[in-house]
Amino acid sequence: MALQNLPAELKFRDPARARALAQALEREVKAIGRTPVNVMHVCGSHEQAIARFGLRAVFPRDLSVIMGPGCPVCVTDTPEVDEAVALAAMGARVCTYGDMLKLPGAQKSLGDAQTDGGKVEVVYSATQAVEVAKRYPLEQVVFFASGFETTAVATAAVLLAGVPDNFSVLSSHKYVPAAMEVVASMPETNIEGYIAAGHAAIITGWEIFVPFAQKTGAPVVVAGFEPLDVLAALVKLVELIKDKRPEVANMYPRCVTREGNKPAQEKLWKVFQPVSGDWRGIARVPQGNLDLRPEWAHVDARKRFRIDTNLVGGQVVNALAAQCLCGAIMSGLKNPHDCSLFGKECRPDAPVGACMVSSEGACRIWHQYGGLPDLREVG
Amino acid sequence: MSSPDRVAMKHGAGGRAMRALIEDVFLSLGGPVDGVGLSAMDDGAALRIGDQWLVVTTDSHVVQPIFFPGGDIGRLSICGTVNDLAMMGATEPLGLTCAVVIEEGFPREDLLRIRDAMKRACDEAGVTVVTGDTKVMGKGEVDGIVLNTAGFGLTRRLVRDNGLRPGDRIIVTGTVGDHGMAVMTRRRDLQIEGDLRSDVAPLNGLVRAALDAGGDAVVAMKDPTRGGLASVLHEFAQKAKVGVLLDGPSVPVNPEVLAASEILGIDPLVVANEGKAVLGVRPEAAERVLAAIRAHPLGRRAALVGTALAERPGNVILDTGLGRRLLAESDGEPLPRIC
Amino acid sequence: MCLGVPGKVLEVNGLEATVDFFGVTKLLRLDIVDEPVSVGDYVLNHVGFAIRRIPPDEVGETLALFEQVLKEAAAGDLMAEDVRGEMAAGGKVREKV
Repeated sequence: MALQNLPAELKFRDPARARALAQALEREVKAIGRTPVNVMHVCGSHEQAIARFGLRAVFPRDLSVIMGPGCPVCVTDTPEVDEAVALAAMGARVCTYGDMLKLPGAQKSLGDAQTDGGKVEVVYSATQAVEVAKRYPLEQVVFFASGFETTAVATAAVLLAGVPDNFSVLSSHKYVPAAMEVVASMPETNIEGYIAAGHAAIITGWEIFVPFAQKTGAPVVVAGFEPLDVLAALVKLVELIKDKRPEVANMYPRCVTREGNKPAQEKLWKVFQPVSGDWRGIARVPQGNLDLRPEWAHVDARKRFRIDTNLVGGQVVNALAAQCLCGAIMSGLKNPHDCSLFGKECRPDAPVGACMVSSEGACRIWHQYGGLPDLREVG
Repeated sequence: MSSPDRVAMKHGAGGRAMRALIEDVFLSLGGPVDGVGLSAMDDGAALRIGDQWLVVTTDSHVVQPIFFPGGDIGRLSICGTVNDLAMMGATEPLGLTCAVVIEEGFPREDLLRIRDAMKRACDEAGVTVVTGDTKVMGKGEVDGIVLNTAGFGLTRRLVRDNGLRPGDRIIVTGTVGDHGMAVMTRRRDLQIEGDLRSDVAPLNGLVRAALDAGGDAVVAMKDPTRGGLASVLHEFAQKAKVGVLLDGPSVPVNPEVLAASEILGIDPLVVANEGKAVLGVRPEAAERVLAAIRAHPLGRRAALVGTALAERPGNVILDTGLGRRLLAESDGEPLPRIC
Repeated sequence: MCLGVPGKVLEVNGLEATVDFFGVTKLLRLDIVDEPVSVGDYVLNHVGFAIRRIPPDEVGETLALFEQVLKEAAAGDLMAEDVRGEMAAGGKVREKV
C-alpha cells in the first residue's frame, strides 16, 4: 500500500529493516546446520501477518514455520456448535461472533439455523450481545462466547458489569497454553521453539511460559503482529534454539510485561475456570476449556436451559469430512496443500473443515493469500 | 450452506461463482455476433456498424444504503453505465435508458434527490437519458428502489480486456477501495465512523485523454468495480494468458481506507471502486499515458502499479515490499449490495 | 481477532472511550485495561475492549530492540553493516502528531 503519511506504528513494515532481519534469520538458521528447523506459532493473526506480507518467500528454506492450534473457531468441537444450534431451534436469540456463523455442526451451522428461520445475530463484541438482550427484553438472548483467553476476559468483564435477566452465556472459550502442552507432548511434531501469541500474553504475561520452556526444552518468544515483529521474534527464537537455551524472550515489550494485566486476569478467573475438553481435531486437551464457575450458574446457558441436541446433533457421516486434514494441520503435522480437498471441494464459500471456515484458520488464510508457491525468483 | 439448486448471494458478487452462473444459465442466450458478444463477458457488447463499433451495456443497481458518503444510487446508475461504455472505448455516449422499480411507500423526496444526482452526473458525463420505464411493486416486494440503466455509443477504437503481453505496464487511475469502504461505514452494524467517501464519477473524459495519448498502445482496460483491482488483474491475466506482478507499495490508497481495512480485515485490493480505471499499456507508451491521466482532475493520483510477465500465466503475484505472495482469486466482492 | 494497530483516544466517558484508528473512530470499553486511560493515549483493541495502553516511548524502544537483535545475529557480517547504514540514514521514528 502507498506509504505516504506513514505513522510511527507502521514503521514495523519498513522494507529495509525486513530485509536485514530476513538476512539475519538466514545466518542463524545456517549456523544451526540442520534442516529443517521446526518452529510453531499458535495464533491465526501471526499466520495472517506471515501470509499476507508474503514472508515465507523470504524465510530461509531450512526454516519451517508451522501454524499450530491457534484458531479458536477451528478448535470448537461439533457438540458445542450443536448446543448453539439447538438453542436457536428452541427459540432463543443466539448472538455469535461472525466467524462462528459458518462452522458446521453435526447437521447444520448457525448460519443454516438462521436460514431456517432461527434468530441468530452476528456481534463484534460481548457488549453488543448485551445490547441485543436489552433490545429484546421478552426474549432469551444467549451469547455463544467463543475465542481464547483474551476474548474470554471481555466476556468476564461484561458479566461482572451486570447483565439483564434475559441474557446468558454459552461458553466455548478455550485456553491456548493448554494446547501448546498437548502439541509439545506429541512426539511426531518435533517442534524446537514456539512463538507465543501477543495479545494473549498481554493479559497473561510472559512468565507463564517459563515452566513450559524448561519442561519441553523448547524456547518461547512472544511476538507482536506486525511483519517486523514476526521476523525479529523468529531471529531471536532461532538464536535461542542454536544456543540450546530453553528460555522465554519478550519481543513485544511495548505491549507485553512479565506478569501481564493483573486486573484482567482477576476478572477472568473470577468468572471462568479451566476444565478438560475436547478440541475439534485434537481430541482431549487437559485444562483447555474455560467454563463458567458455579457462582455464575445463573447466567450459564447450560444451566438455565436443558439443551437437547438430539434433534440437531448426531454422528457426522460425510464422505468429504472423512478426507479433511484439519486435525493434522492444527497439530502442525500437515499443511493445507497436503489436503486433497484444499481449494477444490473445500473453499471459503463451501468449507468442509473448520480451518477453512474461520479467518484465523490455516486453510482459509492460505487460500486467501495464495498458499505457498515458491515466488523467490519471479519477475 | 449453499444448495446447488438455489441462487445464493455469492452468485451476485462479481467473482467466480457469478461467472459460473452466467456460463451455465445465460450464455446460451447469446449467439455469433460481428464483434464482441455475450461469450466474451466484457464490460459491454460491441457490434460492427460500418467502420465503427456500436457499444452497448446494461447495469442494475441495488446498492444498500441508497445514499452514502460521496454519492447515491442515482449517481451510481449513471456513472456505472457511462464507465462501462468508456472501458470499451466509447467515450461519447449517445444516450442512456433508465428503468426503475420502486417499492410502494418510497418517499417522493428521496426520488427527487436521486433524480437530481442523476442529472448532475449526466451533465458531468455529457449524456442524457433518452427513454425509460417505471414500475411500482407492493411494500416488501422489492427493497426500496432498483435502478437499471443501459447505455450505447459509437467508437472507431474498440478497447478489449485481453490484450496484455509480457512487459506491458499496468496503470491504475487513482486510489483504490474508496467506494466499498464508504458504503460499508454507512451500514449500521459495523460501528465505525470515518471520513470515507465513495469515488463514484464518470470516467469518459479521463479515458478519452488516455486513449488520445496512447492510441493502440492501450491494449486492455477495465473498471475495478465488484471484486476490486484484484479481480481486474485476474481477468487481464487469464484472458491474455500472462502473469501479472503487482507492486503493492505503489498502489495508491487513502489513509482512511487503509485504516478501515486494517480494522475490518478486508483488503482494499478486493473492494469495489466506482470512479477508477485499470489500463494495460505497451511499455513504450506507459509514461505518456500516465502523464495524460494525471493531467485530468479525476486522475491526479494515477500510478504505474504492475507489469505483465511471461511466468505464471493466469496468476497475479503481489510484491508486498516485505515479501511476495500469490494474490488469490477472490470469490468476488466481499461486501454484498455494493453497487 | 488480534489486530496490532493501536488507536488514539479522543474522548473518555467513564468506562467508554472514543478511539481513532488513522481517521476511523470506534467506541471501546475500558473495563479490562490495567492503567487509567486519558485523551491522547494509544490503546490496543481486542473485540471492542482496550486491552493495553501503549506508552508513547515504546515504539522507539521496540525499534531499538530490533536493532539489538540484528547486532547480535550479525557480528562481523559486512552486508549487515551496509543495511544498518542504510537504515541509520533513512529511518527515524516519527512521533505521530
